[in-house]
Amino acid sequence: MAIGYNSITFNQDKCDGCGDCMRACSQAKAGSDDSVHSRIQILASNDQRSIELAMCRQCGDPKCVSSCPAAALSKDATTGIIDWNADKCVNCLLCTVGCAFGGITYNAAVGHVSKCDNCNGDPACVKVCPHGALEYNTSGSIYSRVGANEDLFVPGLSACQGCNSELLIRHTLRNIGSNVVVATPPGCIPGMGTVGYNGKTGTKVPVFHPLLTNTASMLAGIKKQYNRLGRDVTMLALAGDGGVGDVGFQSLSGAAERNEQQLFVCVDNEGYMNTGMQSSGSTPAGSWTSTTPVGKAMQGKRSDAKNMAKIMMMHNCEYVATASLAFMDDYYAKLDKALAASKRGFAYLHVYAPCPTGWRFPAANTIDVCRKQVETNFVTLWEFTPDQGLRFTRSTDKPIPLIEYLRQLGKYRHLDQGQIEHLQRRVDNQLKSLKAFELITEAS
Amino acid sequence: MHQSNYLIIGSSHAALEALAAIRVQDPDASLTLITRDKHLPYSPTVLPYVVSGRSQADNVSLKDQRYLDEQQVTYISGRSLISIDPDNNSLILDNGEQWSYDKLLLATGASPIIPPISGIDTTPFQVLRTLDDAIALRKASSQARRAIVLGAGLVGMHAAENLAEAGLEVTLIEMQTQVLPGYFDPQAAAMIESAFSQHGVSMKMGRKAVQIQPQGESGCSVELDNGEVLDADLLLVSTGVRPVIDYCIGSGINTEQGILVDDHMATNRSNIWAAGDVAQAQDFYSATKVVTGILPDAVEQGRIAGMAMSGDPYVKPYRGGIPINTYCFYGQQAISVGVSESSTDSEADSSEQNSIEIRVDADIGMFQKIIFKGDRLLGISAINAPLDPGIMWQLILRRTDLGPVKKEFVAQPLETGRRLMSETWR
Repeated sequence: MAIGYNSITFNQDKCDGCGDCMRACSQAKAGSDDSVHSRIQILASNDQRSIELAMCRQCGDPKCVSSCPAAALSKDATTGIIDWNADKCVNCLLCTVGCAFGGITYNAAVGHVSKCDNCNGDPACVKVCPHGALEYNTSGSIYSRVGANEDLFVPGLSACQGCNSELLIRHTLRNIGSNVVVATPPGCIPGMGTVGYNGKTGTKVPVFHPLLTNTASMLAGIKKQYNRLGRDVTMLALAGDGGVGDVGFQSLSGAAERNEQQLFVCVDNEGYMNTGMQSSGSTPAGSWTSTTPVGKAMQGKRSDAKNMAKIMMMHNCEYVATASLAFMDDYYAKLDKALAASKRGFAYLHVYAPCPTGWRFPAANTIDVCRKQVETNFVTLWEFTPDQGLRFTRSTDKPIPLIEYLRQLGKYRHLDQGQIEHLQRRVDNQLKSLKAFELITEAS
Repeated sequence: MHQSNYLIIGSSHAALEALAAIRVQDPDASLTLITRDKHLPYSPTVLPYVVSGRSQADNVSLKDQRYLDEQQVTYISGRSLISIDPDNNSLILDNGEQWSYDKLLLATGASPIIPPISGIDTTPFQVLRTLDDAIALRKASSQARRAIVLGAGLVGMHAAENLAEAGLEVTLIEMQTQVLPGYFDPQAAAMIESAFSQHGVSMKMGRKAVQIQPQGESGCSVELDNGEVLDADLLLVSTGVRPVIDYCIGSGINTEQGILVDDHMATNRSNIWAAGDVAQAQDFYSATKVVTGILPDAVEQGRIAGMAMSGDPYVKPYRGGIPINTYCFYGQQAISVGVSESSTDSEADSSEQNSIEIRVDADIGMFQKIIFKGDRLLGISAINAPLDPGIMWQLILRRTDLGPVKKEFVAQPLETGRRLMSETWR
């Protein structure tokens, strides 16, 4: 029994109502261009200001199934799709009474009801959408794949409510498995109890608490000893941005240069959030922190953040990638590649980790903040290998306005127009620079 | 004495919805389903299709034994409820077994009404409420040449069409002057009626059977109130159903036509709920309580009862019954959501006026009638005009203000409804 399902997502803001999806669906399902056959219906809103959608939601608790007297509808426990069985259907239309979304409808042209079936995991509508308004979100299948794996952190870590880092480390270790040694230098991750309290550890695998300055070199030494013993053990660092880019940088840079076999994960919450929200080298310009306050003399941080992922790319590591937990399937794909690369040499994952406590936003909004970071291009998702160069894993075209991201966060509440324009320039320039690397990749 | 934390009497939609809702909240408590039927759970609504042969009698189960096992449900079939002792949380079955419960759901459904027509008690006839009825009717129809159907409700109409399509000579007798009263107004009903006439069904509207007599082994003759006498080899009595509540006598459970329930499907006696065709619950349009006897309501009520019984904090009160009907006949579609006639709305204290919008296209057999109260939808019925009844149901239940889009709604209820749905439920 699966616990999560893949689904078609609709980004209303990106849809211009062109109707390509409806034609593709009609073609796929009926070999016709007539939109009467389309199981996805795009409609301009009643005030013409937005685009609306009617299609099957593949509900978790489907009313159409409950309302069917002939057991012709059922939710497939493996795929999550609500299947329609033509042999059992009696054409009573009661399913259409159950659905409040217009997702299962009678098609007079064929004489029975029809509904979206996600095209067996390869939806025709998504493939033709020219605007990225339709996406096939496969993160659901991740939960099904790893859900049965053991969570290698104890329950009850004392992370703040809504903490993105806890979600990240639980997923990461679940996927990596128990053949691992974990290093958690000072920061939120040991702070929430992963290294334990009172002589007990918070992690079900070997974990240790290096200094901020020596995480990568300690892992390098441990790895060499295991190699000497003939045991293939994964070395994993779960470090904050301070432990990566500020005080931890020299040992990290050295280990990357020596191409030590380890997977170094930077959990970037843009500051020293565990010790009272001080500014770090990763804190973006304009951010309020306790050391870059907002007042008469100062309006948040004066200098820009450094782009650690890009810096690590310049080390020519075996694998470098950025990730966001709003795009879990993207993260898992990169984690698998990074893990494989760490058997050969140095792998670096930079994961953006919005912090409800330090950035001042409601705990329930974490994933939405993650998503907006990416959708505005404030951060970009890409990966790098020495042979293949840089490649974006999510399109940076058609970003939503940066203000959509900034206005979610208390730490930017004071920004004036000049600061917003500065941040926008910074976003544009970062993207231009990364795209130049992508061009090199394409040219080679 | 047998014991079960949750005891559900009945095995159709309301019972199964309650079961599912209980298991969400309480996966481990003992749960027993007891039904007077001898089969795995099925829906009475599917029975006309078993008669026609479109559905196979062994392929209509709503849930299989595997599901019941997975849900750890004890399923007892072929046993009916005789009496309840709410003071002691116990009840007695027809085999004398005594059961005690913590929570009891009565979802015993309904059974056919047999009208008091002279001679009916000595004449063989068919009804259609159980799977065994359907199997028997299918067998009888294969051996008959002429059939009489008493009552032009949903069951009678379905059966008349199926029997006629199977080659029988069919006469349909209805006391009222129209078919499907309560769901369609006389104009729409006349369109449906004429489709039957065109397909050779003899429609005797506004006629009463006054005398019935057996003829031969399984045949009968029926005398109408105008003196006309009709002969047939098969008589189907489909003059409506009534809730099965005989076991309530002496229990102190309040009943009228059905078991009276509050907005959480609870009866007046503690630890006892009722849902589905047996329940008499709040009407949407008036202050009275009604037996709706329709499938979507059974689902809704069963879900609420199950949530209430298992203490689910997310249970929401029942918003009131609305008549809903989807009906296909001779390849045509009829849909009705809410009231079909302006006068049946009894919100008399309202200062807003009812308005009615009717569109008819006789050439394509299209009919559409929309009834508003002010800017709110009260009911919509349509023949051969596409609609999303689930969306219409929500627009009525939520009393959605259609003022800004009323013109578009009247012109294009399908598209406008979908837009409203998407905007409202996003």
